Amino acid sequence: MLEKTQMPLSSVPTGQKVRLANIHAGNGLKSRLAAMGMVPNTEMLVISNGSPGPFVVAVKGCRIALGRGMARKVMVRNTLRQESP
Amino acid sequence: MMQNIKIALAGNPNSGKTTIFNSLTGARQHVGNYPGVTVEKKQGTCRRNGVRIEVVDLPGTYSLTAYSVEELVARNFIINENPDVVVDILDSSNLERNLYLATQLMELNVPLVLGFNMSDVARQRGLVFDIPRLSQLLGVPIVPMVGNRGEGVDELLDAVLRVADAPAVAAPRPIHYGEEIEEELTRIEQELDAQPPQKCKCPRRWIALKLLENDEQIIDLCHSPRLLETVSLSREHLTAVFGDDPETIIAERRYGFISGACQEAVKSSTELRHDMSDKADAVLTHAILGLPIFIALMYLVFQLTFTLGEYPMRWLEAFFALAGESLTAWWPGQPGPLHSLVVDGIIGGVGGVIVFLPNILLLFLAIAFLEDTGYMARAAFIMDHIMHKIGLHGKSFIPMLIGFGCSVPAIMATRILENRRNRLTTIMVIPLVSCGARFPIYMMIIPAFFPDHRGLVLASVYFIGIVLAIVLARLLRLTLLRGETLPFVMELPLYRLPTIRGLLIHTWQRGWMYVRKAGTVILAISIVIWAATSYPKVDADTVRGLSADETRTVQLQHSVVGRIGKAMAPAMKPLGFDWRISTSLVGAFAAKEVFVSQMGIIYSVADAEEQGSHALRARLQADYTPLQGFCIMLFCLISMPCVATIAITRQETGSWRWAMLQLLGLTVLAYIITLAVYQIGRLFV
Repeated sequence: MLEKTQMPLSSVPTGQKVRLANIHAGNGLKSRLAAMGMVPNTEMLVISNGSPGPFVVAVKGCRIALGRGMARKVMVRNTLRQESP
Repeated sequence: MMQNIKIALAGNPNSGKTTIFNSLTGARQHVGNYPGVTVEKKQGTCRRNGVRIEVVDLPGTYSLTAYSVEELVARNFIINENPDVVVDILDSSNLERNLYLATQLMELNVPLVLGFNMSDVARQRGLVFDIPRLSQLLGVPIVPMVGNRGEGVDELLDAVLRVADAPAVAAPRPIHYGEEIEEELTRIEQELDAQPPQKCKCPRRWIALKLLENDEQIIDLCHSPRLLETVSLSREHLTAVFGDDPETIIAERRYGFISGACQEAVKSSTELRHDMSDKADAVLTHAILGLPIFIALMYLVFQLTFTLGEYPMRWLEAFFALAGESLTAWWPGQPGPLHSLVVDGIIGGVGGVIVFLPNILLLFLAIAFLEDTGYMARAAFIMDHIMHKIGLHGKSFIPMLIGFGCSVPAIMATRILENRRNRLTTIMVIPLVSCGARFPIYMMIIPAFFPDHRGLVLASVYFIGIVLAIVLARLLRLTLLRGETLPFVMELPLYRLPTIRGLLIHTWQRGWMYVRKAGTVILAISIVIWAATSYPKVDADTVRGLSADETRTVQLQHSVVGRIGKAMAPAMKPLGFDWRISTSLVGAFAAKEVFVSQMGIIYSVADAEEQGSHALRARLQADYTPLQGFCIMLFCLISMPCVATIAITRQETGSWRWAMLQLLGLTVLAYIITLAVYQIGRLFV
């Protein structure tokens, strides 16, 4: 039941590691995020869930700031669940 | 061996590409725009072993899709201009993400060299590269470099020359996308063989891949219905198999290829890394502290630009005044029309151009510092929340703020905006932010008509400008510059200490570009306006017996500007303006503050520019109502940006269309608003 464990990135607290599941967005944005290293199964660490402002994640060794709205469209799942097939 | 080659520099933003470009070309650079788009194009030359190498700095991009203008520009340059070698500069301390662009260049099958920049930082972070092995895995020569110390530059050029001589040295290894995708690629390639798209010299496999990725530009090149049918079937099939769209899967596979190569050839001994940067960010982007720190820094930038810039500005003004006077003293015979052309027209015009230079240089020094340290990305991040509501990017705040000083450097500062729509919107509304040159107009009118509410009226004029800028920006984003407001996604690069050389080159480029491009236009229009206020000359008989001030008044009325002002007067009457105000408004096109001196000439008042000109104020009070006074300020605020603004808009947008739209649009807006205020106001006053 992987689907059920998906959550929006915006709900992940600071300091937690998650894995990208998918992105609810148009092709333009998806490809931009992909170019910045965010593709499915990428590990991401939430550096700051700076409510109400933007959101900073570490992806492939870079710091990427996302707008709130964007963070809500990025669906992630817990890294731990990923280990079991 | 070839004596002349052309290379293109590609790379991610923040990869240190600009630093490498600077070390390659030094000051032998040329900055302009790519034709038809608001994307900056930098070119330069260097020499190595007797070969002249022309270097083109492509826009910094993360990939080569058709989704952004910058990426399209970079891609089209590589495809259409056929550079002999493409050099991809990578931040090697951040290799996997940076290699993504490299994989796309490899797929384009261009002669490629990779420059592994910041290899010192990578070493500090415990990364050890097996360069020969990695080079073999990718099939591309790799040169380690430290851009800000100039290390590896010669080696890079040697590699470039080797590849230019024998392109086979760089034979990029194709990425294997897995059976399902490869099958579909083969199917599409077969269709391409049957019906090759015209006007596209790219490798077949690359076209097939782009079609699978749903790339709009490439799809537009393909007219065969059978081909498009095949592509759409393939996409459906892959979507069904993978449960995600093909472009996502393809991107994932590229990263898979990269991480495979890195696992074999990159050793990481310690877990890095962002410690210092994260600590700085904890303060600089703090939810509460971030904004005040940003505002304090912006205050500093503003002060540096305009307060410090005022001294050299005064020197320059004094210098040009002196130049005019000494020329008058040396002039053989009676000063005639030629003397007036040289002193008032040319020296005055050149002075009008150069006088902006201190502001521009200082501003761009400050901006270069903010950008090179990495703070600019944070500033955007801090302001995004507010600016996004207006439909602009967080970074738009900086040019708009600069606009309070002067629209010219402000419009040049929009270069920090990557997105074309954001940039154009910001350029179009900047003149509404009340610049310093309008201040003398307010200072003439407010004490005359609103002596008891000076602060309030002044603040309200500035406030109206800001509100109008916001409304107009929103309006533009909903109409002419419609398009998805790109949600905020931005890399926060590591904080770095900028190099002095980099700062100076950056600053110099901007200053020179201003003088060369905008300067000539400003000068030409200034001379035209000078002629229009001086000709046709009145007869000597008409002015016989009049004082010098009165002569000037008669001359201005007789001139082209005076005639235009009089002809316009009936149209301006509903705004409460007579021929005097209309004439001054025409003259104010040269520069806003000229409005005051023109009013002074019309009223035969000497030294109207001095702020303590009570005589002029007394005349205004006698002839106009406070409502008319307010309408003058309102009209000057909104209408007709000055010549320099129009020239710089033309230069930065690359077309007269936007400049004319700005000129006419704002003037029409000013007319409508002033008309409404005057007509409604008259009912109450």
